[in-house]
Amino acid sequence: MNEIRKQFPILDQEVNGHPLVYLDSAATSQKPKQVLDVIRKYYDLDNSNVHRGVHTLGNRATDSYEGAREKIRKFINASSTEEIIYTRGTTTSINTVASGFGRQNVSEGDEIVISYMEHHSNLIPWQQLAKEKGAVLKYFDLEEDGTITLDTVRATITDKTKIVAITMASNVLGTINPIKEIAQIAHEHGAIIVVDAAQAAPHMPIDVQDLDVDFLGFSGHKMCGPTGIGVLYGKKAILENMEPIEFGGEMIDFVELFDSTWKELPWKFEGGTPNIAGAIGLGAAIDFLTEIGLEKIAQHEHNLVEYAMSEMEKIEGLTIYGPKDPMKRCGLITFNLEGVHPHDLATVLDMNGIAIRAGHHCAQPLMKWLKVSATARASFYMYNSKEDIDVLVKGLRQAKEYFNDVY
Amino acid sequence: MSTNNLDQLYRSVIMDHYKKPRNKGSLEENSVTIDMNNPTCGDRIHLTLKINDGIVEDAKFDGEGCSISMSSASMMTEVIKGKKLEEALELADIFSKMMLGEEYTDKYDLGDVEALQGVSKFPARIKCATLAWKAMEKGVKNESN
Repeated sequence: MNEIRKQFPILDQEVNGHPLVYLDSAATSQKPKQVLDVIRKYYDLDNSNVHRGVHTLGNRATDSYEGAREKIRKFINASSTEEIIYTRGTTTSINTVASGFGRQNVSEGDEIVISYMEHHSNLIPWQQLAKEKGAVLKYFDLEEDGTITLDTVRATITDKTKIVAITMASNVLGTINPIKEIAQIAHEHGAIIVVDAAQAAPHMPIDVQDLDVDFLGFSGHKMCGPTGIGVLYGKKAILENMEPIEFGGEMIDFVELFDSTWKELPWKFEGGTPNIAGAIGLGAAIDFLTEIGLEKIAQHEHNLVEYAMSEMEKIEGLTIYGPKDPMKRCGLITFNLEGVHPHDLATVLDMNGIAIRAGHHCAQPLMKWLKVSATARASFYMYNSKEDIDVLVKGLRQAKEYFNDVY
Repeated sequence: MSTNNLDQLYRSVIMDHYKKPRNKGSLEENSVTIDMNNPTCGDRIHLTLKINDGIVEDAKFDGEGCSISMSSASMMTEVIKGKKLEEALELADIFSKMMLGEEYTDKYDLGDVEALQGVSKFPARIKCATLAWKAMEKGVKNESN
């Protein structure tokens, strides 16, 4: 993995007089040179609008843009590129489902089921939909270790449930949820399942057909791609019956004075000139991830989490949230250090060149469940090493000493 | 770890206010109540002010947050007690200038508040320091209208 690290030019710098240790990939990952080069090359040589030009650049741009869609299809094993819709990111992906499928299919008294560990982006769209339709928003209870049992899932989903929306990997607890089993239970009750894969897609293999999920969203920027591009996967049969959310150029077939018809899938959901460079950049990121191998990335992160947990647990007064078993977690650790508020901790670590996240991680209901107002989070990716964790642990010990002993 | 830079931020007087906050709690009757939070980080403050005849007679705060936000709240309640409403607003303005690293009038004795000057060198933490002052400003402005 040392060779991989060298492909991330940003990591080769000093911050506040110390070599940068970047432990905030769950917020956004860094981008390898390979991806940056592809974006640069697109603007240098091929930049043009897609799907309209007869000219050569237009064709090149369209080929690259649609070529990236095929890479994404393969990456999650969707059956057709008709099921791959470009979005701005996971938030837009989920909002598209809530506004499209949700508005059309949810009525008063219906149930929408989510969990306490949802990021605001997989919580508020459903909250709003429930309020608008008079539907009931229900939550899967969490076990003490931040997991959801299938008994809970069976007890919560009923025949009134129309939508189950859940994260594949929690951005706070690190919990990996049993999506395939939850999907099966949802389907037994006639509900659809919407999966937030923002923290999963960068780190573990995903097969949407094997999982049998109806919708799945993820963001390019957390998986070595650029910001502003993401994906909504949806089953073709459902997407065909779903009305577009945004109207305008790019998404129309025939436009008359008082009526219009839409393009076929997936373009009916892609109104306006899309983020062409973003899509192509995401395609390059998928090439990069596939060359390394998602299994290998997942294994590397499990090793790092295991090592980090064992080292961090040696620090007195340090609490780690979420599953105790490293194999049941994705590559992040959320924690608190007694006597040091997470913001203060983040500042102390930053002065040592270490970038971590502090705050509520866009999961306020989960913070309430944990009975804390804020937490600190270190998150890992394929470019992180055991040495990074050693630096973190040393920084944590010093922060503790600084706050508890000096004053 | 070099702690020199950190010492600029975490002056001992700040840590003293953090560990032993002044005016902690809530005023009971006839007080102006302001609840404010910092949605990006989760810090929150519950501020109560007793205002009579255009003067801030008493102030108490409660809340959750980092050392900077809580010590700033503690110091703020100390400095505005006994001040006229317009003086309290002027102090909020002075504090905001201090955070931006701008010049400000020296007509008030800011006491311990001066210790927060170092925060201006840590842009990510300015919002922590200003939370209590923004709450106070809101409460006093409402009362002035």
